[in-house]
Amino acid sequence: MGTSFRKPVAPSSDKRWRIVDATMRRLGNESHALIEALHTVQESFGFLDTDSLRYVANSLRVPLSQAYGVATFYHYFSLKPPGAHTCVVCTGTACYIKGASKLLQTIEQKFGIRPGETTEDGQLSLVTARCLGSCGLAPVAVFDQQISGMMTQEALLAKLGRMEKHDA
Amino acid sequence: MTPEELGEIAATQQEEALRFKHRIHVCTAASCLSSGSDRVRQELANEVVSQGREKQCQVKGVGCMGLCVKGPLVSVKPDNVMYQNVTPQDAADIIKSMDGSPVSRLECATDQPFFRRQVKIVLENSGRVDPEKIGDYIGANGYEGLLKALTEFSPGEVIEQVLRSGLRGRGGAGFSTGLKWSMVSKADSERKYVICNGDEGDPGAFMDRSVLEGDPHRVLEGMAIAGYAVGASLGYIYVRAEYPLAIKNLKTAIRQAQHHGLLGTNIFGTTFSFNVDLRLGAGAFVCGEETALIASIEGRRGMPRTRPPYPSQEGVWGEPTLINNVETFANIAPILRNGGDWFARIGTEKSKGTKVFALAGRVANTGLIEVPMGITLRDIIFEIGGGIPEGRRYKAVQTGGPSGGCIPEESLDMPVDYESLKKLGSIMGSGGMIVMDDSSCMVDVAKYFMEFCKTESCGKCVPCRVGTHQMHGLLERITDGSASAQDLATLEELCDLVQNTSLCGLGQSAPNPVLSTLHYFREEYRAHIEDKTCPANVCQIQSTKEVPA
Repeated sequence: MGTSFRKPVAPSSDKRWRIVDATMRRLGNESHALIEALHTVQESFGFLDTDSLRYVANSLRVPLSQAYGVATFYHYFSLKPPGAHTCVVCTGTACYIKGASKLLQTIEQKFGIRPGETTEDGQLSLVTARCLGSCGLAPVAVFDQQISGMMTQEALLAKLGRMEKHDA
Repeated sequence: MTPEELGEIAATQQEEALRFKHRIHVCTAASCLSSGSDRVRQELANEVVSQGREKQCQVKGVGCMGLCVKGPLVSVKPDNVMYQNVTPQDAADIIKSMDGSPVSRLECATDQPFFRRQVKIVLENSGRVDPEKIGDYIGANGYEGLLKALTEFSPGEVIEQVLRSGLRGRGGAGFSTGLKWSMVSKADSERKYVICNGDEGDPGAFMDRSVLEGDPHRVLEGMAIAGYAVGASLGYIYVRAEYPLAIKNLKTAIRQAQHHGLLGTNIFGTTFSFNVDLRLGAGAFVCGEETALIASIEGRRGMPRTRPPYPSQEGVWGEPTLINNVETFANIAPILRNGGDWFARIGTEKSKGTKVFALAGRVANTGLIEVPMGITLRDIIFEIGGGIPEGRRYKAVQTGGPSGGCIPEESLDMPVDYESLKKLGSIMGSGGMIVMDDSSCMVDVAKYFMEFCKTESCGKCVPCRVGTHQMHGLLERITDGSASAQDLATLEELCDLVQNTSLCGLGQSAPNPVLSTLHYFREEYRAHIEDKTCPANVCQIQSTKEVPA
């Protein structure tokens, strides 16, 4: 390979690709940069689409199948675009014991979405986390990066309502 | 940096701290942050200025103080006053009270068993140093252990100290740390690596997170000492992407250590060079297994491989690699500073030192604790933990996460050490400790963990991939009331099979929660199967369902 390799062109002129390039360059554009590069893509664009997977795979000279394999193996990576707002409900042991499943039921009843789904209007995505490590405050939920502890069903609905209103 | 410069920084830091009559520490670890401690810190700092007390009072953010349930926590030194549930509105009163008596409505007793019964080695700086300032760490004897290792000991002598300390791996398995180090040091290779396993995947565990967030330099120092002992010049810290604050503080710490020459080439003017690189996990529990973690660092799917060869012979990039857990590395600096014999005096005959536990679930004082090995579970739960709230009854404590087990009331007087917990059908694990009361159904808990293992199984070996799926299905039938006695027999058979034939620790230990609940709470299984009732009233049993033959 070596000398004949030409770096692929980024999928668009979006400046965020430069951040992705920087991550890959920092790790010498080697195949082991794959996971770090995918992290940067997701951080910059919110999710991994086929174009970005192909670009990263070609840049690091790994087969697309391997990039897809890695992207689907790790739960943290998402291949679907997130909604305008994201609610993460922790389902770690402490949160489970203290009623995390009730919180999930509440959201399902009110918004009709299950973990991993987004409402039809694209406003709210529901995600679960294995453990956020804030077990002292269980049950815990995260609303657009803002973590809240000792959640009740009422507090959850109030938070979700505020999140949407904030947008309007 | 020269040894003299380290001493100077430490002296300046200590002097600076003494300049202030009152040092106000605000917990800025993840738990208190989520209850708004950053606003509390800001408001306290504002009040210090508006009340004109800049000369007497210092406000700083520090790592976890432990009693997470009462957050945000604020402590005032040297007055030894602690405040709980502090809001930004309380800031004015707290600053006003500085030369008078403490604000009684916010006071949190510092002489309660929660604080009194703890012994702090790993967490000695937690709640005292600002994790974002290297000077603060140096002022608390930071990097002294590394200095001593590099200037007074040969690599062999460092390993000798660790061997004498009796330290065992804090990731859960409890392998002798000194022995592991000597294996890597004896491996014949030009290149070797040190890996810090910060992929704290057990649900209900946040010890490593608190250490990384609250005292990141301690981990870097431990890794550098390990690098010197085994002959490695590069280390990786593998941290969960779900811990953004830990990642941020680690990045800052690495940059500062490099800037001060405590990482990099020719540390303290010696021939030893060492650097640390950060790698983010991506949400795969199996990556806590060492060979899977190595695959992940190499940018691949985190799937384990058979051992031997062990990572100490063939690890990352096929080179000899030392892998230790965050808490293990956090013990190294104090061991070097105070000597292996000092450490060996704490704890029990076979389990030395202390253990950090994340105490959570149905217990009054949830939070982060560090206790000497050998303390009883009863002391942890009822003395330190303050017992079960809401007048409910204790039922079980779960240790070791999805690889561990549930321990009932009658075994609470067992000492906490690696061997005793194993005898009880659980494991020390990394330190998650979830207390359950009579509102928890043990079959449901077993099902919860099996669901976890089923989802997290990497799929490489059949017993784990298919076995956990089948076991979960059987547990679902038991909890919905459609199981027969034969199903229970099949479940037990599968436990045996998966335990003995899986490739890695995930599969081998996946049956543990089922086995331990079957052992101690068989009656609950029986009630679900024969009486079609859930004694704790958790499971939705469809009573009309016919029992399949």
